[in-house]
Amino acid sequence: MLTAIITITLLGVLFGLGLGWASGKFRVEADPVTEQINDILPQTQCGQCNYPGCRPYAEAIARGEAGINQCPPGGESGIRALADLLGVEAVPLNPENGEQKPKAVAVIDEAICIGCTLCIQACPVDAILGATRQMHTVIESECTGCDLCLPPCPVDCIEMVEKPRAPEEWTWPRPPGQKSPAGIPAVPEGSQ
Amino acid sequence: MQTHLVNEARHAGERLHHFHGGLRLRHNKKISCQVPVEKTPLAIRYFVPLRQQTGREAEPLVRTGQSVMKGDPVGRFPQLGGGYLHAPTSGRVTAIARHPNSHPSGEEGLCVVLKPDGLDRWGPLEPLTDWEGTDPGLLRQKIRDAGIVGLGGAVFPTGVKVGEASERGIHTLILNGAECEPYISCDEMLMREQPDTIIHGARILQRAIGAERTVIAIEDQMGAVNASLTGAIKRSGAAGIEIVKVTTIYPEGGEKQLVQVLTGLEIPAGGRPTDLGLLCQNVATATAVARAVSEGKPLIERIVTVTGNGIRKPRNLLAQIGTPIANLVDQCGGYAPGAARLVLGGPMMGYALASDSNPVIKAANCILVLTEDDIRPPQPEMPCIRCGECARVCPAMLLPQQLNWSIRNGLWDETTDLGLAECIECGCCDFVCPSHIPLVEWFRFGKSELQILNAERQQAETARMRFEARESRLENLKLERKQRIAQKKRALGDANEKQEKIAAAIERARAGKGGEN
Amino acid sequence: MSRQFETAGAPHFPPQTTVSRVMLQVLLALIPAIAAHVWFFGTGILFQILLATGFAVGFEALMLRSRNKPVRPFLGDLSAVLTAVLFALCIPPLAPWWISLTGMLFAIVVAKHLYGGLGHNLFNPAMAGYVVVLISFPQAMTAWLPPASIAPHALGVADTLAVILGGQLPSGLSWDAITGATALDSIKTSVASGQMISEARESEIFGDFGGLGWEWIANWYAVGGVWLLWRRIISWHVPFTMIGTVLLLGLIAWLSDPGSNPSPLQHVFSGALIIGAFFIATDPVSGCTSTRGRLIFGAGVGIITLVIRRWGGYPDGVAFAVLLMNMAAPLIDRYTRPRVFGR
Repeated sequence: MLTAIITITLLGVLFGLGLGWASGKFRVEADPVTEQINDILPQTQCGQCNYPGCRPYAEAIARGEAGINQCPPGGESGIRALADLLGVEAVPLNPENGEQKPKAVAVIDEAICIGCTLCIQACPVDAILGATRQMHTVIESECTGCDLCLPPCPVDCIEMVEKPRAPEEWTWPRPPGQKSPAGIPAVPEGSQ
Repeated sequence: MQTHLVNEARHAGERLHHFHGGLRLRHNKKISCQVPVEKTPLAIRYFVPLRQQTGREAEPLVRTGQSVMKGDPVGRFPQLGGGYLHAPTSGRVTAIARHPNSHPSGEEGLCVVLKPDGLDRWGPLEPLTDWEGTDPGLLRQKIRDAGIVGLGGAVFPTGVKVGEASERGIHTLILNGAECEPYISCDEMLMREQPDTIIHGARILQRAIGAERTVIAIEDQMGAVNASLTGAIKRSGAAGIEIVKVTTIYPEGGEKQLVQVLTGLEIPAGGRPTDLGLLCQNVATATAVARAVSEGKPLIERIVTVTGNGIRKPRNLLAQIGTPIANLVDQCGGYAPGAARLVLGGPMMGYALASDSNPVIKAANCILVLTEDDIRPPQPEMPCIRCGECARVCPAMLLPQQLNWSIRNGLWDETTDLGLAECIECGCCDFVCPSHIPLVEWFRFGKSELQILNAERQQAETARMRFEARESRLENLKLERKQRIAQKKRALGDANEKQEKIAAAIERARAGKGGEN
Repeated sequence: MSRQFETAGAPHFPPQTTVSRVMLQVLLALIPAIAAHVWFFGTGILFQILLATGFAVGFEALMLRSRNKPVRPFLGDLSAVLTAVLFALCIPPLAPWWISLTGMLFAIVVAKHLYGGLGHNLFNPAMAGYVVVLISFPQAMTAWLPPASIAPHALGVADTLAVILGGQLPSGLSWDAITGATALDSIKTSVASGQMISEARESEIFGDFGGLGWEWIANWYAVGGVWLLWRRIISWHVPFTMIGTVLLLGLIAWLSDPGSNPSPLQHVFSGALIIGAFFIATDPVSGCTSTRGRLIFGAGVGIITLVIRRWGGYPDGVAFAVLLMNMAAPLIDRYTRPRVFGR
């Protein structure tokens, strides 16, 4: 009986020391998962997740402070990609952060624009061209649809316009059939 | 490794090899080969679609009300080397309007609506009579200007294809006469009736791309074709053209499978036959090339097989682009009772059309009308039972059941890993599936989604780079401001020190002066 | 003027085969062996099949309803019937009715539907059900009958029914009088007691290779299996490696120690090996899909069966071997993916 207790205790101490040494020797440097999370996020820098940009949100997820369902532009596919990456359950998009809308771009009404550059300073990806008292225009191909230019405009001349799918962008539709097991559709309904 | 493969490919056609999988299907081709090819009579209206299967719409080169001659260009494609659309007959453009355009989406699109004047007159033609002495570059330009596209079904612009080929160095031209899909017999009739034009086209193409020899691949049960092509080769006196008979297994007419059968080599993933020094063209494309170069005639018509149990008198017709399909059906005796589905293409890869007012397009190799007994009744799709038959028959050696699973569930990385890009959409897996899962529909959807996802990923990457560039620009601005302020402060500090020194000196001077008094 | 048509996706061909046709052919392939079974061991097996089928279909309908799936097409695909028949062929002919009930409850409800239904089950449902009743009711599951030719008391139809449904033995008979050990049972006990196998083989329950009667049933399973191979319902990979491994390793073991190892042919023709090779391990849903994977799967089942038969606690190990390899199947599939064209 005594030998059993002593043996088990000794083994426990031995293994504990071994594990401690291993956790130091094989420690993973830095925090690479933030980069991977950031790669999945859509980079609109819109702030709908309640963080000032995509990287701060990625860092918050990595720290465990934020849920993975706070990004409307990423949508359900983004949530699922994050769930796969982090090994957690995919949950539906949090409606408090907004809802997933089809891709839209900002369009400046040139008749109203006064050339104040406030929208240029607000755009996180420098997608607006223009200078003081010169006409401002949005570079359509660079606009991510983040909506950040709408509030600063003093004359309300910017509106978000959905890009209709051009005929050459027609793609084969999803066949009717079962959805993915969690009930989350693989492609967000209605946003083709 | 590359040159080693190219050298091995030079032996194309000497020995026959096998490809993985495939199906032996019932041919059903004889019924449409009983009578010679007939030309379609002039239609009341022609609808020339401005949109090909993929890519942007063509810009119309004509206006409403304009008169055109047969063969006049009516549309130009802005990208991909710029191909053309031509008027199928002489007449007047009555409209450029939306109309069914035989597109797989079922949506309408802009068409040039042409009302024939009944005279069917060609415009001025500019043949290259001395093609043997013409610069290959000019030959290629003629091919492009004639609006020739691959008539085997893929409708890839031939001008671009031969242009790329000539840059890479091609040693063997392969003419694909191995029409493997059931019911379709347009290539077979073409080879039986116009072998001289095909050989002529082969020689022109050979010169245009600089190939040393030509191999014409035909199915091993095309007996009459062999005789007629052999005669034509003899008559032309050309050397370096040989006929090879390949075993009839669907889909041996697919480009990758044909190359594998003729050379034993697999085209590298994401690559093309030109990587092996080969160029594949359909026999009908070769005929169009011959017409364009020697007669100056652009591509305005093609042989279409009109067949199926839903047609009274199936046969092959020489139809103009833009002819409504209803006209072709009428010429074949009309619909048989029980006609239930109208398919453009063959039963394996073709797509269904909603109405017979859709026009003949360059990709229309077959109009297939099927009855209820010939088609799959709508039934509930069962789950995949993992029987493995689909993997057994796949010519691309894929795992359709795994692809099905990963596409349904949006596992896009796994889908790419499994090789979805190599799928040729032949339909073999669909054919054998006991659970009747529409695999090819899922794969087509998967390919589209992957395209969209890749585009989105790239956009996100660009946005991220722009954002980070902007951040660093703002940082730099801040830094500069700080430095400027620090400099100003220092300058100010210097100035103050100077003032104090002067004031102290003045004080000392005053104090000193005052002391003396 | 223009005619309209309904559209649908390619291919535009009538269906070549259906799931129910596949399952039906497997059931047909089992009929000769079932007939042989009745010949040797009486009508008990038929009642077991009926009971198991009834319970299986009932549970399947219940689960389909509660999962909101369409009942008719899924019941009509005969997969539950096949599970039931395979299960019934593995249990003693006089097993009480609640053995089938428990087995089918576990097989259909737990092993099949709780894992996602047809096409999604990880484990072979028939084997899962069989293993559950084997471990839970060892006494009822070891009450095997000797072949009719040597049985001291063979039961008629009415008596069989009475035993199965009511547990009532005919008057004057006890369980010991009716039941006897199978060939594999006696090998296990003789080896454990140190007796040589050659001595054990002198018992009348042994035929030329395996157990008397059982080897004939195995033959008919093999005939049915070869027919399925010819009809392309199953592929040759699993039966080939499973039987091949057993023959090869059995040969090595027998040559090295004939006293405690039966001959390889004895292994092949005893127990559930042949039915396992052609009907159970070839279940497409729970097995591997790639061809190399199937070869490994078959070999694995063969090896584990031999190990259990030689050193394990049960006389026959096919069911456990199949379940263990079912667990390994996804991993094997992952590592044996065929090369894609052009890579």
